[in-house]
Amino acid sequence: MDFNFTDEQNMLRDTVAKFVQQQYDFDTRRAIVKSEAGWRPDYWKVMAEELGILGAPFSEDQGGLGGGPVDNMIVMEEFGKGLVIEPYLGTVVIGGGFLKHGGGAQAGDLIASIIGGEATFAFAYAEPQGRYNLADLTTTATKDGAGYSINGRKAVVVGAPWASHLIVTTRTAGGQRDRAGVTVFVVPADAAGITRRDYPTVDGLRASEIQFDNVKVGADAVIGTVDQGLDLVELVTDEAIAALCAEAVGAMRKIHETTIDYARQRKQFGVPISSFQVLQHRMVDMFMNVEQSVSMTYMATLKLDESNVERTKAVSAAKVQIGKACRFVGQAAIQIHGGMGMTDELAVGHYFKRATMIEGLFGSVDHHLRRYETFSLGDAA
Amino acid sequence: MNLDFSPEDLAFKAEVRAFIAENYPAHLRDVQDEGEELGKEDFLAWHRILAKKGWVNPAWPTEYGGPGWTSVQRYIWSEECALADTVPILPFGINMVGPVIYTFGTPEQKAKFLPPTLTGDIWWCQGYSEPGAGSDLANLRTKAVRDGDHYIVNGQKTWTTMAQHADWGFFLVRTDPDAKAQEGISFLLIDMKSPGITVRPIITLGGEHEVNEVWLENVRVPVENRIFHENKGWTCAKFLLAHERSGIAGVARSKRGVDRIKSIARTESQDGQPLIKDSFFKRKIAELEIDLLALEYTELRTLAAENAGKGPGPESSLLKVKGTEIQQRITELALEAAGHYGMPYFRGFGEAGHNALAIGPDYAHRTAPTYFNVRKTSIYGGSNEIQRNIISKMVLGL
Repeated sequence: MDFNFTDEQNMLRDTVAKFVQQQYDFDTRRAIVKSEAGWRPDYWKVMAEELGILGAPFSEDQGGLGGGPVDNMIVMEEFGKGLVIEPYLGTVVIGGGFLKHGGGAQAGDLIASIIGGEATFAFAYAEPQGRYNLADLTTTATKDGAGYSINGRKAVVVGAPWASHLIVTTRTAGGQRDRAGVTVFVVPADAAGITRRDYPTVDGLRASEIQFDNVKVGADAVIGTVDQGLDLVELVTDEAIAALCAEAVGAMRKIHETTIDYARQRKQFGVPISSFQVLQHRMVDMFMNVEQSVSMTYMATLKLDESNVERTKAVSAAKVQIGKACRFVGQAAIQIHGGMGMTDELAVGHYFKRATMIEGLFGSVDHHLRRYETFSLGDAA
Repeated sequence: MNLDFSPEDLAFKAEVRAFIAENYPAHLRDVQDEGEELGKEDFLAWHRILAKKGWVNPAWPTEYGGPGWTSVQRYIWSEECALADTVPILPFGINMVGPVIYTFGTPEQKAKFLPPTLTGDIWWCQGYSEPGAGSDLANLRTKAVRDGDHYIVNGQKTWTTMAQHADWGFFLVRTDPDAKAQEGISFLLIDMKSPGITVRPIITLGGEHEVNEVWLENVRVPVENRIFHENKGWTCAKFLLAHERSGIAGVARSKRGVDRIKSIARTESQDGQPLIKDSFFKRKIAELEIDLLALEYTELRTLAAENAGKGPGPESSLLKVKGTEIQQRITELALEAAGHYGMPYFRGFGEAGHNALAIGPDYAHRTAPTYFNVRKTSIYGGSNEIQRNIISKMVLGL
């Protein structure tokens, strides 16, 4: 039993934390959100070249730093503290995850360009009808000569306006929600036949609706096994959820800290509002929510390489905890900040918005409760 | 004990329902459902129609132009308005300052301010909260110093809802700096076009501009615009707060909100089935409905007591706490129901004619901003913590 970080991991945390503190203050982030691009490609270069963090979870053979999920957790938690927008989750965790686990002809080159900061990824998995069911796919890929032709529609693809590549889940066989018959492709974001409609999201990111009309890809665009891609999709999505939990932990720590500071400063009835027991207990409950979320994030991250059943249970349990905590901690923070918490001026509201979106990303509390139930209490147990 | 409406009440219900159906402006239908931000004219259109009919001010005594409805009729009216999803009547004139003026004002003040308040020709805003005076409202610092037949007012107000449209504001100001807390406060009506007034927008979490800062710099206010006695404004303030709380339960609007969630959940699909078949989601709606029922019957009991001549007491704090908690849960469920499409942010890019790739269903568009916005309800009008303090002290005697 060991919850300590290695020296390398502590160094990684320090590096990322320093970057966030020094270069990602709230005003900087606001400017990024309002800018036309919506992100900072130059910061991405900094992350690749100066900080060298984009290789954190890749093996040394692949040109990485030899880390894994714990390294992703560290980066994401520190990014959560600064509400960092740049697509580490989409690119390193998800894009990198698919390439690491699924391989494919292009994997080596693409991993190298992720580490080098040249390639950015977005995960085109959700569909308008599919809600959180990863297998509910109407986007199809059909054999077309030596390659495939992709047709369909993807919803709310976070980070797509910035992506050089898309990871696309498709149906190559079977019925609309069958486990079998799912195939994953890597597609250049500017491939002919792709139409995007870009938009901002409520938490300051950018996303797109994406239409695929006869988008031609070669056989080398397949990641993993044809028709057997769902296990891979679930594995990488679970890794993404664990990383997202870490981001939530970073954001919640910040929300909690900010709220305590505010309550100490804000005076009503001649005393700091932090002296009111009803608010003290609320802040204690926030604290307990954050600590339990940290624990569950560690647990889920450390169980990512276990069997499917263990991994699924761990990740869904963590997402349930984090989803509930995001709501409680966020709402309590706004309430304790009073009117000030409602304003766009204060950072706390922006953390609340991100935490709220994390509640729903890759499955709501209900979704993961159901998934946990199935694996823990249902036939699968 | 009897839960039925009388035949007269049922006839009244039919009458108001027919009136709304025939007279509510077509272009304002469904704007509430979509959570659109409304402009000044949107609010005033329905106000004017009701003013002409004499129904804009259900709670006012007939001598001041009220329709003379019983509290049950008023309840039916608000229920029917919510069912039809009408644009709400802004409370600042009708529910807040109007009753203060007809209760505490001079004949001249009544004559000057009540008629244009009814017709909508005066748009009021409320100058109560200050940066240092929120829950502790009596801590306000805005000063009014007598100078002949004027007061010179200096200070800053905040969270002033819709002040950007306001013609007049009602302000709590300190007229005796040496008096303690609630004493030494006066209630002034101030023309918002007076020199020295600056209104600055505060943008809230969903991107809305609803509230403002109001800065007052050497604003000259005629003494004749003071309501009630100098230094006795807290009496008006307390009276007004009680009025602000009545109706704050929002039962009828919340019923509409629950219906809306059901309709979203019937449309949203999950594993090829409507979301409403999901046992988790269904149970949450059921719990919400039951809580709303409990609130409704609590409000009806209050109403019956009111009809029997017992004014709303500190029990109305219960209606505020439970009512706002339910309003907030409705927005949580709507956001949950929207799934992925709760994420896109529409402000500023809802251009027409761009139908090639629709960004999810219309009902999803404002679920997140509305969820953020409605967090305010447990903060404003006396935060829910303050309401619990009131119950603790005034009802339980603790």
